[in-house]
Amino acid sequence: MGPVATETGQTLNNSEPADGVRRWNSSLMIVLSFAVLLVAWHVAATLWPSRSFPAPLLVLQTFLSETASGDLPYHLAITLWRVAAAFFLAMIIGSVIGVLLGSHRRADQFFNPWLILFLNIPALVIIVLAYIWFGLNEAAAIGAVAVNKIPNVVVTMREGTRALDARYAEMAKVYRFGALDQLRHVLLPQLQPFIAAASRSGVSLIWKIVLVVELLGRSNGIGFQINLFFQLFDVAAILAYTLAFVAVMLFIELVVVQPLEHTSTRWRRRAA
Amino acid sequence: MNTHPLAGAAARLKVNIEEKSFRSSNGATIQVLRQLRFEVEENEFACILGPSGCGKTTTLRILLGLDQDYRGSVQLPGKSQARMGTVFQEPMLLPWRTVEQNVRLALPKELRGANLDALFAQLGLSNMRSFYPAELSLGLARRAAIARALAIEPDILLLDEPFVSLDEPTAQQLRHLLLFVWSERPTTALMVTHNLQEAIMLSDRIIVLSDRPAHVLGTFDIRLPRQYRNEQVKADLLRSFNEKFAGIRNLS
Repeated sequence: MGPVATETGQTLNNSEPADGVRRWNSSLMIVLSFAVLLVAWHVAATLWPSRSFPAPLLVLQTFLSETASGDLPYHLAITLWRVAAAFFLAMIIGSVIGVLLGSHRRADQFFNPWLILFLNIPALVIIVLAYIWFGLNEAAAIGAVAVNKIPNVVVTMREGTRALDARYAEMAKVYRFGALDQLRHVLLPQLQPFIAAASRSGVSLIWKIVLVVELLGRSNGIGFQINLFFQLFDVAAILAYTLAFVAVMLFIELVVVQPLEHTSTRWRRRAA
Repeated sequence: MNTHPLAGAAARLKVNIEEKSFRSSNGATIQVLRQLRFEVEENEFACILGPSGCGKTTTLRILLGLDQDYRGSVQLPGKSQARMGTVFQEPMLLPWRTVEQNVRLALPKELRGANLDALFAQLGLSNMRSFYPAELSLGLARRAAIARALAIEPDILLLDEPFVSLDEPTAQQLRHLLLFVWSERPTTALMVTHNLQEAIMLSDRIIVLSDRPAHVLGTFDIRLPRQYRNEQVKADLLRSFNEKFAGIRNLS
């Protein structure tokens, strides 16, 4: 047994620095890529100067003044809270429905047409109907966004449930795992790649729909502000608000999502 | 129930399966087991031996409660709900949990905090407690599966060809390890195998199954304690086994 232990130990030590170098390289690539885009934008804006196509520096100035006045942080925070609320609502409800449909063939056959129906209702229709039926309030806004996302989560999680390995469930049954242990140690780790896929596509979709919701029936948030600046033809402000939000999302991706994913899949990485 | 005067009877495994059949994809019914009856005494190590595909694994799945679509009855040893230590054909460790987590997760609540040092040491896994299953060789993963099965202090140990697809020296080393940890805390054990040498080395009794639909052809008792079973004795046992079951060629 001794030789096996050292052998595996060495592989581990070798793989970690290589991993670090790869991560450093990839972040360098991200920075470089954005720098090139910025330069191209600046050159284009200098060659064709126009009020409707501001240079990056003007956008930055607008961003700073809007931040100083407190407007941008306020609206950004409101939008972020709506995105987060709709996201968790959609993920939880969608996952539960998806797992149920994936594990019950009859229920899946019955509800599949409903799913197709909801997948194909335009976001705008759901939002308008939610505002008409439930009033111009926060619950209707967040609910409408969640309802738009739920069918996508259901489809992904249903696939994930179909891909479950029944032998793990049998092992858990023989060893009498409790319900919570089965969820934490058997079900969720198997569904993890599907949860990750659903969340990835989820956040970007939800943020786009939240803007529409804010534009149509809220008096704050980035969507409301963009509508305002649209009426003023203030493109610099529109871009400042958009980029600020995108930057926040990028930050969350790099600081929260990727390390989390790294931790939850380390058993797979180390095996390689 | 353990204090009952008939505790000995309750500690015995009784299998009485009238009939078990599968429906194949083209609608035909395949009978796998018919009138399969055998018993395993308390703390006896029994092997089920039979040609491949005869329904050995199906029998084990019925005992494990994973297949309830059969006619007949099964009585497991121990209390109302027998604690079953199982080693499946594949190790079936959770790949996303370490070796130690895999073992601890299987423990019933009252054993959750148990000290597993001795068990891991006996199985040579002390240095591998924090390893993920994918970092282990198949032989080591099988050891971890055996550790999990024994850690729960089972009422019955059920093993489904736990040494298959290992190279012979590794398999032999693992057989010795299994015997060692099992004899530390003997329990009623039933192992499925198609390897006669393995059965002669490990068991007190060999239950020989027929081809499909499986029923018991006969049993072969080995009363000699395991430590006296040297190569010569095993060869003699093999010969007398073959004499008794002369009709069955494909077993040896």
